[in-house]
Amino acid sequence: MKFILRRLAFYFVAAWAALTLNFFIPRAVPGNAVQAIMAKFPDLQPSAYRALEAMLGVGHPGSLWHQYWAYLDDVFHLNFGTDLIEYPAQVSTLLAQTLPWTLILVGTATVIAFFLGTGLGIVSGWRHGGWLDRWLPGLMFLQAMPYFFLALILIEVLAIRLHLFPIAQGYAGGLIPGWHWAFIGSAVYHALLPALTIVITSVAGWMLQMRNVMITTIGEDYVVAAQAKGLPTRRVVFTYAARNALLPQLQGFGLALGFVVSGALVMEIVFSYPGIGLLLLSAVSSNDYPLMQAIFLVITFAVLLANLIVDLLLVAFDPRVRAREAA
Amino acid sequence: MTAAPPIIAEPPAALPAPGVRVQRLGQWRRLPLKAKSGAILLGFFVLAGIIGPEVAPYDPSYQNPAPSLELHPPDAAHLLGTTQTGQDVLSQLLTGIRLTLELALIVGVVATALAVIVGVAAAFLGGLWDELLSLVSNVFLVIPSLPLLILLLDYLPQKGQTATIIVLSGLGWPWGARVIRAQTLAIRGRDFVAATRETGESTWRILAVEIVPNEVSLIAANFVNTVLYAIGTSVALAFIGLANLSSWSLGTMLYWAQSQQALQLGAWWWFVPPGLAVALMGTALVLLNTGIDELGNPRLRDASHAAKIGGRRQRPADPTPVLHAPPPPRSKLGSFMHSFSRSSLVDERRGTGWPLERRGEQP
Repeated sequence: MKFILRRLAFYFVAAWAALTLNFFIPRAVPGNAVQAIMAKFPDLQPSAYRALEAMLGVGHPGSLWHQYWAYLDDVFHLNFGTDLIEYPAQVSTLLAQTLPWTLILVGTATVIAFFLGTGLGIVSGWRHGGWLDRWLPGLMFLQAMPYFFLALILIEVLAIRLHLFPIAQGYAGGLIPGWHWAFIGSAVYHALLPALTIVITSVAGWMLQMRNVMITTIGEDYVVAAQAKGLPTRRVVFTYAARNALLPQLQGFGLALGFVVSGALVMEIVFSYPGIGLLLLSAVSSNDYPLMQAIFLVITFAVLLANLIVDLLLVAFDPRVRAREAA
Repeated sequence: MTAAPPIIAEPPAALPAPGVRVQRLGQWRRLPLKAKSGAILLGFFVLAGIIGPEVAPYDPSYQNPAPSLELHPPDAAHLLGTTQTGQDVLSQLLTGIRLTLELALIVGVVATALAVIVGVAAAFLGGLWDELLSLVSNVFLVIPSLPLLILLLDYLPQKGQTATIIVLSGLGWPWGARVIRAQTLAIRGRDFVAATRETGESTWRILAVEIVPNEVSLIAANFVNTVLYAIGTSVALAFIGLANLSSWSLGTMLYWAQSQQALQLGAWWWFVPPGLAVALMGTALVLLNTGIDELGNPRLRDASHAAKIGGRRQRPADPTPVLHAPPPPRSKLGSFMHSFSRSSLVDERRGTGWPLERRGEQP
């Protein structure tokens, strides 16, 4: 419990840091959002300045301190303000429309990549120097490739040349999103290629890490002892070596997640996938500051939450953490 | 099993100057294969970055008005074809490699320097400072960097190379700081540091002469990692348009290819070269880093060239002795040849490699 509480406190600090950064970045940079918009649309009258200020919430009355509290209150109530480009729409509505797409796609693909990579890592760590190791440079090549570039290649080969997958979008045009089979089937079909991209590019990272930890773990005395006792190989590999090698892997999961999410955001742009990455692109290209800031917060919070879940798993898997607590 | 005999020590006599070179070559040969191939591949790109813009056949921005040169596939005049506006892809690539590498290397140097400063300071100041600096690096590690980078870059008044370098360096140090802090804490407790302190050396001297030189391999690995991060992130940022779009980097090339529908028009020669260049540069850096890793932890080394005794490539002992799977019998000629090798002194059929050979392990 103590461990979880300490981690919770840490995530609280991290969330607060993200919120504060998000608050101060627009105010610390010369030329605020309002001026940027005024510069972007030269036919706006100077009188629009105050209206824009009010709309963006930059012109909150009172001191900076006061504004800060008003801002925290807004975020707490999921009130991210009004969108600039799709004007009357609330930013939170836009987020609610796009977030599920990204969460389901990136979440599923990351979990698949994690299990696949860890499994391959176990095998190649145990059979060190075997045939899997010969593929390592190729895997490194995949790992080093930017997500969006692999996405471009896959679209070119699998979608345009071979017509195996749809080229873009999240579902076939003409379908109305809803809980009926035609739509769900189409959505799954359209998600296959993006998911494949994420799995291919991130599986190598998991595998390499697991392999290296596995090789080090296999040299430990308790693994040798297990082998000497004549335990079946399967038991030695999974219960003795892999279970312990998995812990650093889990700890790395949280940190790697930010990387995976970042890559997936850009990948979505290539696929015109209706997720949060595409929304981010449109926000960037139209200087839609409130939307951009809200997206930053949402992604950060999602990653923090995933990290918290990983910490809980760590407590479940690592007796040392529990032992430290009991002490 | 094969207990690798200790490698015969090099002749201790100090060699004259030409001998030093031979020794260097020997060191190079003993480097892990991955490190070597990574270094060679990276060297190729550095060379392209240095001389590339000079040897580029055309001005990368020159738009050839000839209608036949719109989206022309590769031929002798344009080795990598042309873009939709008749620009030469090869020239753009050669110019782009320089800009991207330049950015990545500067970010690597600045962020690594920051990481060393923060990491060493946290470990040496201790107490509250340590807690604070560690907390800050951990917070920045857990916040996903790309959305934050986008936010920062978008608010900056101009989005040039300098802005990207500043922002990437500003967010690229936490991981290195964490690793270097841990290492500094470990070194700080060693006897030789205590001894220097006893002789009355100043803290600065201890840091500069005793601590940091002992972390060189770690700092090098961190530098390689940071360069990798800088390449990937800067290309991704440029790809979504957050860069100076009138300059030629690998990222802006991909941006233009994407926004001009190169994919839909089937112009693979437009987007494959820059993407492949990024991927190959990344591979070179990953290989280099794995090589550095293997130097420090020989167990990770590629098994096939770890033991090369008596001319025959031998697999080292399995991680654990696998008693039920004896090695396949040799052919007659093979066993005759084998009788000359040193490892034939050990009967590998019986599997007597116990206790396990442990290469490079600290007690």
